[in-house]
Amino acid sequence: MSIEFIHLEHIYSKGTPFEHSALENVNLNIESGKFIGLIGQTGSGKSTLIQHMNGLLKPTQGTVVIDGLDLSDKNTKIKEVRQRVGLVFQYPEHQLFEETVEKDIAFGPGNLGLKKDEINSRVKEAMDTVGIDYEEFKDKSPFELSGGQMRRVAIAGVIAMRPDVLILDEPTAGLDPRGREEILNQIKSMHSKHKMTVILVSHSMEDIAKYTDQIIVMYRGKIKLYDTPENIFKEAQLLEEIGLAVPQVTQLMRRLKKIDPLINESVFTVEAAKAEIISMVRRRKDV
Amino acid sequence: MTKVITVDEVSYSYKNDEEENTALDKVSLHINQGEFLAIIGHNGSGKSTLAKLINGIIMPTEGDIHVFGLNTKDENTIWDIRQQAGMVFQNPDNQIVATIVEEDVAFGPENLGIPSDEIRKRVDWALDIVEMSEYKNQKPHQLSGGQKQRIAIAGILAMKPKCIILDEPTAMLDPSGRRDVMKTIKRLNKEENMTIVHITHYMDEIVDADRVVVMEHGTVVMEGKPRQIFSQIEELKKLRLDVPQITELAYELNKEGIDLDRDILTVDEMVAKLCQ
Repeated sequence: MSIEFIHLEHIYSKGTPFEHSALENVNLNIESGKFIGLIGQTGSGKSTLIQHMNGLLKPTQGTVVIDGLDLSDKNTKIKEVRQRVGLVFQYPEHQLFEETVEKDIAFGPGNLGLKKDEINSRVKEAMDTVGIDYEEFKDKSPFELSGGQMRRVAIAGVIAMRPDVLILDEPTAGLDPRGREEILNQIKSMHSKHKMTVILVSHSMEDIAKYTDQIIVMYRGKIKLYDTPENIFKEAQLLEEIGLAVPQVTQLMRRLKKIDPLINESVFTVEAAKAEIISMVRRRKDV
Repeated sequence: MTKVITVDEVSYSYKNDEEENTALDKVSLHINQGEFLAIIGHNGSGKSTLAKLINGIIMPTEGDIHVFGLNTKDENTIWDIRQQAGMVFQNPDNQIVATIVEEDVAFGPENLGIPSDEIRKRVDWALDIVEMSEYKNQKPHQLSGGQKQRIAIAGILAMKPKCIILDEPTAMLDPSGRRDVMKTIKRLNKEENMTIVHITHYMDEIVDADRVVVMEHGTVVMEGKPRQIFSQIEELKKLRLDVPQITELAYELNKEGIDLDRDILTVDEMVAKLCQ
């Protein structure tokens, strides 16, 4: 499912003293089936942008086209779009409300008017995807769980809707490193399995570098860069100027390049850095 | 060294639907005057429980905690403890109460019944330390996450504590917000001689700590200088923790026969070692 923004502009509280322009002339085309990273400082417009992707916010100007459907067209059924574009907000565990884990996850699919068997199989599948054991947890109250477990249950509630596009706003904030890795690996495998489009908003450059095919960099309501991780993290200076960073190993590579010009500086994983350093050490020995 | 906080054989358990849960299990620990202590551990390991116990938000089921010589179980002195050991939480939005920055910072000292000219001085001083003076007349909701968190820290500082306990203060912040908050915390420790207890998941934030405590299943499982802790990569991985990318890289390179110290923590150190 593709997402297209044409000359998108969003102004909050237009015509009042609190008028604030959050998005300016955003043109963007997200192809179906990609894993996209969305980064930018607090206040750069990331959340405003993603809320346009399922019609929660309407553009002040410009057009949003989801899978060929113009959201501003009166004939477009927004409800159907929302069923296909799943949005996981920051701290989604605050939205848990049902008596049991099973009921909470079943709430969304139930609203789709699905049959009981279908709902049940979706709940099981969603719980499996987020690594929460069905038998052990289905009858527990979501409020008895640990923070990390609650987060997973909340994400499962969105996954159970089987969206074509899954948007996650900082899904791992406050989780420990292993929990972070588990959730992101599960999302990644779901992405590969169902050819789902995933949009991941994160402040962790390491995570963004590791999981995404393409990265959107936002700055002051505009798209500053939209490219592959290789090309994005080449722009270390620009990223730092706009309040972002490059992964630690990329910083290292940039420093080493000053000593050994043959070093490839567009490296952002530990494995790739390891290979680069091994060949650098060999070169230095040969000298 | 003076011990300012002592945790002595402390357990904490709570009942959940008839089930007894032990969050802390006979933990003994002390924190020295002026120390920068970092606490790490995965979700549910007992870090936040420990922080809340120190601040007297919850009481030990067994054992005693003394903060500046005062027992947290003593109701008569609990407000002294909370004033001397201030606490900063993860989400800045939950900690800001006023509609103007300087009024928010003044909230704590006002509650302590401090004279208004003294409050004025304290607010200006606290905002200056966190480098937010120029925002004093702004509305907190218009600030970035990192700025709001620094306002929350200023609010604690204005109560003139001797110790600040920070429970994942950077979890919600973007990289520049994290940098600014960490800079503020380190400055408080170095320049104001404030005792710091910093709870975090970000391993790169504890590289400069004096001492690191690793928690697991409500107990302290490792304790030592950052280098000692990080050199035990396999142990940490078993505990569901991580090391900074650079330390992991050094470990991997070592396995490939490249002779590097296992306790490299920063980009600078790695560059220096590789270019010897």
